[in-house]
Amino acid sequence: MFLFDDVPIDFSPQPGLGAPVWRGRAADGDELKDFAAAVQQSGGRLAALWGSDRRQEGQGFQLDCVFGLDRGHAWLRLELPADDAVYPDLSAKFPAANRMQRAVYDLVGIRHTGSDQRPWLRHGGWPAGWFPLRHDAGAPPEHANLPSDYDFVKVGGEGAHEIPVGPIHAGIIEPGHFRFSVVGERVLRLEQRLGYQHKGVEQRCTGADIATGAKLVGRVSGDSTCAYAWAYAAAVEAACGVEPSPRALALRALILERERIANHLGDLGMLGNDAALAFGLAQFFRLKEDWVRMSAELFGHRFMMDSIVPGGVAHEPDARALAAMVEQCDAIGREVAELRAIYDAHAGLQDRFLTTGAIDAALAREFSLTGIAARATGVLLDGRAYRQGYTPPPPYAKLGVRPATDERGDVAARVAVRFDEVFESLRLLRELAVGLPAGELRREVAPVPYAEGLGVVEGWRGEVVVGVRLDAAGRIARLHPHDPSWQAWPALEHAVMQDIVPDFPLINKSFNLSYSGQDI
Amino acid sequence: MSVAGILGQLFALVLALLLAPLLTGWVNQCRAWLQNRSAPPLWQPYYTLHKLFNKDVVLADGASSLFRVAPFVVFGAMALACAIVPSLSTDLPFAPAADALALVGVFGLARLFISLAAMDVGTAFGSLGGRREMLVGFLAEPALLMVIFTVAMIANSTSVAAIVATLAHRDFVIYPSLAFAGVAFTMVSLAENARVPVDNPATHLELTMIHEAMILEYSGRHLALIEWAASLKLYAYSCLGLAFFFPWGIAERDNLLALAAAVPLLILKLAIGGFLLALIETVNAKMRIFRAPEFLGTAFMLAVLGLLVRLLLETRV
Repeated sequence: MFLFDDVPIDFSPQPGLGAPVWRGRAADGDELKDFAAAVQQSGGRLAALWGSDRRQEGQGFQLDCVFGLDRGHAWLRLELPADDAVYPDLSAKFPAANRMQRAVYDLVGIRHTGSDQRPWLRHGGWPAGWFPLRHDAGAPPEHANLPSDYDFVKVGGEGAHEIPVGPIHAGIIEPGHFRFSVVGERVLRLEQRLGYQHKGVEQRCTGADIATGAKLVGRVSGDSTCAYAWAYAAAVEAACGVEPSPRALALRALILERERIANHLGDLGMLGNDAALAFGLAQFFRLKEDWVRMSAELFGHRFMMDSIVPGGVAHEPDARALAAMVEQCDAIGREVAELRAIYDAHAGLQDRFLTTGAIDAALAREFSLTGIAARATGVLLDGRAYRQGYTPPPPYAKLGVRPATDERGDVAARVAVRFDEVFESLRLLRELAVGLPAGELRREVAPVPYAEGLGVVEGWRGEVVVGVRLDAAGRIARLHPHDPSWQAWPALEHAVMQDIVPDFPLINKSFNLSYSGQDI
Repeated sequence: MSVAGILGQLFALVLALLLAPLLTGWVNQCRAWLQNRSAPPLWQPYYTLHKLFNKDVVLADGASSLFRVAPFVVFGAMALACAIVPSLSTDLPFAPAADALALVGVFGLARLFISLAAMDVGTAFGSLGGRREMLVGFLAEPALLMVIFTVAMIANSTSVAAIVATLAHRDFVIYPSLAFAGVAFTMVSLAENARVPVDNPATHLELTMIHEAMILEYSGRHLALIEWAASLKLYAYSCLGLAFFFPWGIAERDNLLALAAAVPLLILKLAIGGFLLALIETVNAKMRIFRAPEFLGTAFMLAVLGLLVRLLLETRV
């Protein structure tokens, strides 16, 4: 079937119980470009982009693009010749593509036609012209790892100057460099440089078996470990034709919602603290601590790592623990409601939150934003909820998730969306706990040679996408985990533009993006 | 100038040096309690000073001698300020020098040096902090002067010792002007001591810092002196506030018994003041930096109101 009438690319739906995905193949770069233009016309977004080297199998290189449409995801593939691997620049249509394209070149060595050819993930840790994800890359060559130059965009004019911040910060946070161009306290421009946490997860996954892959993907970004594990499991299940039982799917949703609440509680506390209201931090972290302890009791790990596995889930909470969980949901719901009343009534805090770091829905669409950041601008986009033409995957189809949106687009909106989502997720947890369907916990996943799959999960931060391709022996030939932070980091550069330097930490925290997830 | 006076003066200074970190520790402890956290020990500031004095100093490549001298100047200025403010007795050999205007000058000198030192190394944060400190300082100083004028008009003198003598040791009179001046003084003190809602002494967010941004490059004994000086500044401001608005209990000339009674009373008053500071810091969020001028402008207006009240209502023509 054609997803767009005027772009004749034949798509077929991916089988399985995961989020709806259509797979297709672009004949050439122009067709990819046409399709991207059609997606952008329809208000769609770029969801992921990665490259792979298939020369070992007698083919060339390959570019995989995932686009988000109203009805689901379109997974489009472009094959590139081994000797001239160049694909058209997508960043004119989707600005978020810029960094993904540069990362593709750094890792695989296939080039885009755009003008911005600066390295993104390569920080001088390996020489130019050596590409870690090529099959013949071998061990990294002897190379002096020196600080590399990077062309930040210069801002000139009377009184303009630069403030470089990071990658080492005064607090204990992940490393990233921020280059502010300012006049006085006003931010004229922010440019980020990330990639300091690059650890080569994709290369490490190559040749691993399915179980090892699950462990590795669950460690790409610790705060979203459950979302990654589910997306990976969904991709592998789609590839191998396995359908997890309704019980396993319900437990996965339970785990994912627990992860969402844990992160939202932490963020709400940190947002209070960044405005020097340490009271909020102490209260919310007390709640978060209770929460992750309950997670440990239910699933044997505070962050529930390795609980979701291909085929189902690894642990099952006993009935007593589930009853305790429902009780805790009630107690925490009451406390969060009280704290929300305090936050909402605190004039000083609201003065910091309101109008700070505002972005609008047009910018959210332009940058392909998903998750909290998008919903806080009024974009109704939640992979767990029904929308025009879209049916959420099980078990969310039955739960009837009410997505939280706010149209202001500022820090206050992102705070409000978090509060709303906490209450909604608490409701879902209660519903899931009392109505756990019967079924087996975990089904066997037998690897299918050369199979491929794509998994999409609405994590707490946004849409987590994982693409998997297996080799002849049923091991992982290529795995790409995609974090929603790829799209949100560039949007953050725009969010601070109207604001002042001392408000940046608050704006940054209101997005709370992953460094590790996008540095992979 | 008597021997007892000199001894009393020395005693007050030593007491200030010893008590100042304790006051900081007390404020931190109260704040932790109010936020449902378990508090650090009361002696934590002393442990920190001990640790810092035993550490090597690391100097930035571009640091000039100004950078090395500044901690000593700042510490000296704050110690002098503590000696000038009558905390225990008005019988101070420094009393003729204890002019409230000179005190503002001493604080200004310290500010000038720490800001210059911050800019000296040439890091972005140093300049950022120094710039913001000057913004806060140039708004806070006039407000502080107005407070001092209001109080000085009551005593007909800008000598702090004379002000205390007038307020505490004569017939008790209620001065409505002092209420305005007191609120203004509290606001100025919060700003000057880098406290919430103007600055956050506990933050790790380098882009939001004012005071902390200026001292990011300091280490070892230099940092220890600056931390100690910050404690002394809080102590000096507290004592100044007590001298202006709650002077009862400060000993008079040649009265050793009253001097002995003044010490526990001072500690009690500081403890209450410290608790109130922690309370203010707990219930407030930090304001946007461009709200600081409004905040200090309000303080200035209140101080001027106090002055007008004094001129129009309290002065017999």
